[in-house]
Amino acid sequence: MVNDLCELSLVAARDALRCGEIRALDLAESCLERINTVEPEVRALLTVTAERARAEAALAETRLAAGERGALLGIPIVLKDLVATRGVRTTCGSRILENWVPPYDADCVERLQQAGAVLVGKSNLDEFAMGSSNENSAFGPTHNPWDLACVPGGSSGGSAAAVAARECAAALGTDTGGSIRLPASFTGTCGLKPTYGRVSRFGLAAYASSLDQIGPITRSAADAAAVLSVIAGHDPRDSTTSARPVPDYEAALTGDVRGLRIGVPREYFPDELNPAVRQAVENALAILVERGAEPVEVSLPHSRYAVATYYLLAPAEASSNLARYDGVRFGLRVADPHDDLLAMYQRTRDAGFGAEVKRRILLGTWALSSGYYDAYYLKAQRTRRLVRQDFETAFQSCDLLLAPTGATTAFQLGERTADPLAMYLSDVFTIAANLAGIPGLSVPCGFDSKLLPIGLQLLGRWFDEASLLRTADALQRDTDWHLRRPPLLKTAETR
Amino acid sequence: MNDPTHARWGDWEPVIGLEVHAQMRTSSKLFCGCSTTFGAAPNANTCPVCLGLPGVLPVLNGRALEFAILTALATGCTVAELSRFARKNYFYPDLPKGYQISMYDEPLAVGGHIDFNSEGARTQVRLTRIHMEEDAGKSIHDGAERESLVDLNRAGVPLMEIVSEPDLRTPAEAADYLRTLRMILQYLEVCDGNMDEGSLRCDANVSVRKRGSDTLGTRTETKNMNSFRSVERAIEVEIERQIEVLEGGGTIRQETRLWDADREQTAPMRSKEDAHDYRYFPEPDLAPVRVTPARIAAIGAGLPELPEARRTRFETAHGLSTYDAEVLTTRRDLADYFEAACAAGGAPKTLANWILTEVWRIVRERRLDDALRIEIWPISAAALAALVSLIEDRTISGKIAKTVFEEMLTTGEAPAAIVEQRGLRQVSDEGALTAAIDAVLAAHPDKVAEFRAGKEKLLGFFVGGVMKTTGGKGNPALVNQILARRLAGG
Repeated sequence: MVNDLCELSLVAARDALRCGEIRALDLAESCLERINTVEPEVRALLTVTAERARAEAALAETRLAAGERGALLGIPIVLKDLVATRGVRTTCGSRILENWVPPYDADCVERLQQAGAVLVGKSNLDEFAMGSSNENSAFGPTHNPWDLACVPGGSSGGSAAAVAARECAAALGTDTGGSIRLPASFTGTCGLKPTYGRVSRFGLAAYASSLDQIGPITRSAADAAAVLSVIAGHDPRDSTTSARPVPDYEAALTGDVRGLRIGVPREYFPDELNPAVRQAVENALAILVERGAEPVEVSLPHSRYAVATYYLLAPAEASSNLARYDGVRFGLRVADPHDDLLAMYQRTRDAGFGAEVKRRILLGTWALSSGYYDAYYLKAQRTRRLVRQDFETAFQSCDLLLAPTGATTAFQLGERTADPLAMYLSDVFTIAANLAGIPGLSVPCGFDSKLLPIGLQLLGRWFDEASLLRTADALQRDTDWHLRRPPLLKTAETR
Repeated sequence: MNDPTHARWGDWEPVIGLEVHAQMRTSSKLFCGCSTTFGAAPNANTCPVCLGLPGVLPVLNGRALEFAILTALATGCTVAELSRFARKNYFYPDLPKGYQISMYDEPLAVGGHIDFNSEGARTQVRLTRIHMEEDAGKSIHDGAERESLVDLNRAGVPLMEIVSEPDLRTPAEAADYLRTLRMILQYLEVCDGNMDEGSLRCDANVSVRKRGSDTLGTRTETKNMNSFRSVERAIEVEIERQIEVLEGGGTIRQETRLWDADREQTAPMRSKEDAHDYRYFPEPDLAPVRVTPARIAAIGAGLPELPEARRTRFETAHGLSTYDAEVLTTRRDLADYFEAACAAGGAPKTLANWILTEVWRIVRERRLDDALRIEIWPISAAALAALVSLIEDRTISGKIAKTVFEEMLTTGEAPAAIVEQRGLRQVSDEGALTAAIDAVLAAHPDKVAEFRAGKEKLLGFFVGGVMKTTGGKGNPALVNQILARRLAGG
């Protein structure tokens, strides 16, 4: 082993880089070494950008030596492979984009580069972010570093697994119905889905445009605050981004939760909830109460319709968003010399898309079809408004909400693939936040009997990521769940 | 309805509505910064946004929104405070995203009207709606190679769709409505109105019904007309086709038909059954378009005087004939030029004559009319006014003025300077003219005798002779006057 610098949290590494204690090149090498060690088993990354990482680390060293204090100077990061990177292939986990190299960077990539981050790789995902387990990747699933037989959650499972296995200091994921938070929960990492409109979607291949949001997956709330400060903000290229000023999220981490009213939505603690999950979440709540927070019972009655609503709206948008993958201008084209246009479309899309993507395109096409539009799409839009109103009402009596991220811990690979509905229900607690557009943060809050991580979810008011981060950070000052390392790493070290 | 209509279609009454697509004259596309210049190399005016690459997003062109609002206000439409873009989904190679960003059930503006003269009568057509949308690209099918080429320069170019109610009753009326609409768009400078290049396109919804009926017949939609003449002819042919079908006991199928200008017939393109289900839904990548009353008022303050009002003013304020006023106001550039020349001190009627003949001929010859910019015209309004003033104060004759005009075109010199340099000043010296006249009369004693015997037509012969000897510079009025006196023996 070269060194164990990859074990440093983002904030710790940044401090060490700034005072010259460590070198950015060594930190990058450490991550690349870790990638070499664990990737054969974890398979978190679709592309490792070793050469680029070394070049960017060298550049970061020059900038550091010149006295620059870029927020992420020299910090090794991984990007979900749904985010466009100029010159680096961006597959979206799909055969249809297997060899596509974008001619532009996503807005968040530009911001990360400006802040001095070092790209070490692009992470695996469910194809076009459609899935909750990473098993829908066209390039094979990622394995959970806590138990290689288990899924890392999805769709940002590669990003979460890479952070858990210390292949990078931080990663970006995307969350349309829970795709950052569920993998964070399954891998013992922190995952933040920002408010819709807080982070630019420019350069993010769209799954469901009105729900997609990019966010960080890190090892601590403080690390997440550092990343969010960099990627948040208005982008003239994305009309849905907000012009609100971006607060200093790291300055919000005061440890003080006195008087904070924490809403506990009763619908998120059903009788059939996994007892280990319930206990861990309640235990975390108790710690926050001990620190001075006040628990408040609230109700979100329309949350029970969230999954059904989501599975009409998201596929509807997806059916349109994915129409551009037609074999005409870029990406895969499969055609016989005798094919007419229709046959070329059919062959290309049949070979290029996986089963789940096809299922959602069909579902969405159906929901938008004339004669069905009112009953499905329009009704789902109305339900979406009710879900949003639930949160507006709840936030009148509390400052944020606390709930489990997933109803279970990580499940076994293959356990839910045969039953799409069971898979869809993995996101039962996370989807409502996307429908409402509010921010959500998942942080580790314990382990079950199989030593798999349990995640706790904090949901906040629109654009109040600061409260979520402060609360999670306060919890992490008193607990060490987020510091625990997957057993895989110990095996890897002794090897 | 007037009588010719009755005579033409018996007891059938045509019902016509037009859907007009006008390309807005913005320098960049509707949702990205690419140029809208016509005639660039294939796919030169494209970027990741209009190519529909993964992850890119549309951003609305504010200028296009202003243009559309201006058009709505000029046609009496009500601009919605909140309108919304929607996606129209269908697959075609020249539609890069697999959907067109258009507007559907929440359009930008509704409920206006356009008033115009047609076939001697005052007519009004109500407008259903005006909305914005992006254009698609162009497919070029190469039969020999079994390949199709796609040019996406036009993809994303901003269009306004202007939909009329089925208020039109004859093909000529439809063409006149379209002419009026084009004139308004050109006045507003929101569209160049060029039908050849496709910056103004028109689809016609046509049906026929028994006269006196108030229910509508089944309509067809005819496309692919790229001139006013085509629009008129296609509608005429389609009306006749429908009447023939119905009179033969058949029924009209609701379908889209394509006009073939060479064969002068319409042919079915697709029927209602195989029409697309466009699966419209609100465009999630764009915020709803919110226009405050204050913004609408501010845009409305920039409305230019429209052709109708301007024509009336030209008649009353400048004393022009109805014909001259109407022709001058068909185009804003022409009317602007006229007014600029009047302001520079030219006599309005003479200016109107010169503009409608000489100036316009040159502008057309040099293909400067499409730019809608009088600054690039070869003779400035002030220079024309100066030339006309020289005629008015009798420094030169109208005939000599044409020579001066040609000289102005080639040298760009001021008319007064040209007159001086080339010695074109009119000869109004009675003595000199009398001498010239006497010389002509002396050279043709036989003709003088004939004239005096009553053959008065010979006056022109003498005038011509005098003009010849004065090099065309003789003051025509004075020449006539002296000549009359001398011939009378004075």
